[in-house]
Amino acid sequence: MSLIISRAFVDAIVEQSRTEYPDECCGVILGPVGSGKASRLKAMVNAAHSPTFYEFDPKDLLALYREVDEQDEEIVVIYHSHTETEAYPSRTDIAYAGEPGAHYVLVSSRKEIAPAIEFRSYRIIDGVVTEEEVSITD
Amino acid sequence: MSIEVRIPTILRPFTKDQTAVAADGASLSALITNLDSQFPGIGDRLLENGALRRFINIYINDEDVRFLGGLDAQIIDGDSVTILPAVAGG
Repeated sequence: MSLIISRAFVDAIVEQSRTEYPDECCGVILGPVGSGKASRLKAMVNAAHSPTFYEFDPKDLLALYREVDEQDEEIVVIYHSHTETEAYPSRTDIAYAGEPGAHYVLVSSRKEIAPAIEFRSYRIIDGVVTEEEVSITD
Repeated sequence: MSIEVRIPTILRPFTKDQTAVAADGASLSALITNLDSQFPGIGDRLLENGALRRFINIYINDEDVRFLGGLDAQIIDGDSVTILPAVAGG
């Protein structure tokens, strides 16, 4: 398994993580149902407005799922940023991961590695984290 | 009374992969009891120590049940219920 993602989406997520720093940023990439293709990026508001936590607002979450259903899409990627730690799922990321079919993308903008950025992808299923390769396309 | 309940992917192992099921109940609490009797174990994924789990969102029509009285929220014929896991983490 690997994540295939366009350079434009990678850049947009990195940019969002910098804009929303020091809070964590979050969002999704949607794709046609059954395709597994990361086709449409949708930034979400981090309702927690926190450097150590993110959460989609419950109202936004319902609207997102309704939209996904209406457009015959699925959630292909769920991404968020870590601002001070590495781009690896935290204990809470693992505990709350509720989409077994999604790629969980973590981006880290921690200062030690600036201006570089870490961009990594995982499957999180039943508490088990499996890192996967990220292929960036032009 | 039959209420349509939309089931998220993560709970579909309980419902034999059905994306929506029919359940009964005049309150959210009664509805969850009914769901659990049809799909044993699903109740535990929604409740913890008798309260709604913090990172499970349940909506009656378009409204988060936390604003409708939580487990006491009233449900009437024709309502639809949607269960969604929070998208959250640290």
